[in-house]
Amino acid sequence: MAEPLLSASGIETGYGKVQVLWGAGIEVAERQSVVLLGANGAGKTTLLKVLLGLLPAWGGTVRLAGEDITALRTDHRVRRGLSYMSEIGVFTGLSIAENIRIGGQFVDSATLRRRTEELFEIFPDLAGRRSTLAGALSGGQRKMLGIAKALAAGPRVLVMDEPSAGLSPLFVSQVIAVLGKFRGTGLSLLIAEQNVAFLDLADRVFTLEGGRVGFSGTVEELNADDALHRAYFGLA
Amino acid sequence: MKLRVGDAVLAAAVVALMAVLPSVYSNELLLFNFVMFLTLSQGLNILYGFTGYLPFGYVGFFGAGAYGFAIAVMNYGAGPLPAMLIAAAAAVILALVLMPLLRLSGAYFAIASLAAAQAVYQVISNPALEQVTKGPYGVSLTGVFAPRLSYYVAVGIMAGTFALVVWLRNSRFGLALQAIREDTVSAGMAGVSVVRFRTVAWLLSALVAGLVGGVFAWHISVFYPDTAFDVGISIFATVFTLFGGATTLTGPLLGVAILYGVYNAIGITVPQYFQLIYGTLIVGLVMFLPNGLVSLLTRRGIRVP
Repeated sequence: MAEPLLSASGIETGYGKVQVLWGAGIEVAERQSVVLLGANGAGKTTLLKVLLGLLPAWGGTVRLAGEDITALRTDHRVRRGLSYMSEIGVFTGLSIAENIRIGGQFVDSATLRRRTEELFEIFPDLAGRRSTLAGALSGGQRKMLGIAKALAAGPRVLVMDEPSAGLSPLFVSQVIAVLGKFRGTGLSLLIAEQNVAFLDLADRVFTLEGGRVGFSGTVEELNADDALHRAYFGLA
Repeated sequence: MKLRVGDAVLAAAVVALMAVLPSVYSNELLLFNFVMFLTLSQGLNILYGFTGYLPFGYVGFFGAGAYGFAIAVMNYGAGPLPAMLIAAAAAVILALVLMPLLRLSGAYFAIASLAAAQAVYQVISNPALEQVTKGPYGVSLTGVFAPRLSYYVAVGIMAGTFALVVWLRNSRFGLALQAIREDTVSAGMAGVSVVRFRTVAWLLSALVAGLVGGVFAWHISVFYPDTAFDVGISIFATVFTLFGGATTLTGPLLGVAILYGVYNAIGITVPQYFQLIYGTLIVGLVMFLPNGLVSLLTRRGIRVP
C-alpha cells in the first residue's frame, strides 16, 4: 500500500511533566476524510498540535507526503500543504477579505484571486460582506470564514479542531454540508470531533482514549462494535 | 498588491505641502520639527500599528542616528550624505543588538525598550567618552550646517516613510504583520513566518528613527545627549500615533497636525493651559476613542487611508 499523505506514529508528548499522548498514531490517505473521535481531554487537540508543529513531539515521527516533518516549523508545514483551522479560527480585527488573503499568504496573486472567488461561491454568506470585520461575525459565520481562510492556502490536508464547538445543531449541519463538498476532491480532511454527526463525512475513523489510539477503521466497523458504538453514540 | 488610491494621494499631498511650505512660511525650524514628528510617528506606526509592539524607547534609535551622524562628521570628516548612511546603520545595528527584546510583549517590552534607550544615552553622555562622543558637553557640527538642504532631505525621508506605510497597508507583508499583531500563534498557523516578519518590521522602524535622528543632527547641528535622547520625543511620537489611530496613514498625520499644532500654538507661551488641554484631550481619547480619532470613521465601516 502506498504511504499515506499524512501520518503520525508513536507520538509521545505532553505539557511540562504531564504526558498526554502515549504513542498515538494516525494516518490520512490522499483524498480521504478522517475523523478523530475522542472525549474531552482524550488528547485530540494535543495530537493536532503535534501534527502542526505547535507542540514538540517527545517521541515519534510526523510525515507528510513521504517527508519527515517532525522537526519543521509550523509555517513551513503549512507551506508544504498542511492547513489548520483551530478553535480560535479567525483574526477578528481584520476584514473577511483580509482573513482570506492571510490564509493565502504564499499563493501567487492570480491563483489567490481565482481561489477567493471560488471560496465566495462556496460561502455566499461571506461574499456580500468582504470588508466586514471578522469580529462582527456570528460564531457560525466565523467558523465558515475559518474554513475559507484555511482553504485559501490550497492545502493538501485540512486539519480541523472541533469545527462543531459552540455551534447550534443547525450550523453544525451547515458546516458538515460545506465540508461534504470537498469530500473526494483533491483535498484530504482530518477532523477532530466529539460530535458523531461528523462521522457522515468519514472514510476512516480513529478514536483516542487517554492519549492512545483505541480504534481505527471504517464507520461500519465502528458501528459493528457494540461497546464503541455505545461509548460514542451514547445509545443503549 | 492592490493599491488603494486614497493612501497614495494623501501621502503625496502631505509631502507636497511640506515641500512647498518653506517658500511661504519663514519659521523653518518649526516646519522641520513637524516633518520630524510626521516621520517619527509613522516610523513608530510601522512597529506598533502593524505588530503591536509599543516601543517607549523609540528615541534610542533616533539618538543613535543623531550620534552616528555626529561621530561620522566630527571624527571621520564625513560629508553629510555619507554621515546619513552611518546614522541609518547606527540605528539598525542598535536594533539588531536589541532584538532579544522582541521576546517580551506588552508593557514588559515597552519598559525594556525604554531602559535600553536610557542605557544608550548613559553610554553616549559618559564624560569618559569625550574623545568620541563629546560626552555630556554636546556636539557642534557647524561645518556641515545646511538648513535648507537638510530640510529637503528630511522631507525626502518622510516621503520614503510614507511610501513604506502605504506599502505595508496594501501588501501581503503588511497584512501578515497585522495577523502577527492579532495573534502570533494563529499567524504561524496561517503560514506566516512570525520571527522573520517581525524582525523586518522592527528593523524598518528603527531605520526610520535613525534617519530622522541623522537629519535632525544635520539640521540643528548643535545638540546635547539630553536633546537627542529626550524621552519626550518617544512620548510625542507615541501619543500622536495613538491619538490619531495606528495602522492607518491618516491617524498619525492627524495626531501630529492636531496635538503638535496645539503644542506649538499655546504649549510654549502658556504651558499651564497647554498641559490642561493636552491632558484632557488624551484622557478623553483613551476613554472614548481608544483606537484613535480615525476609529470615529472606521467603526462605521468607512475605510480610512
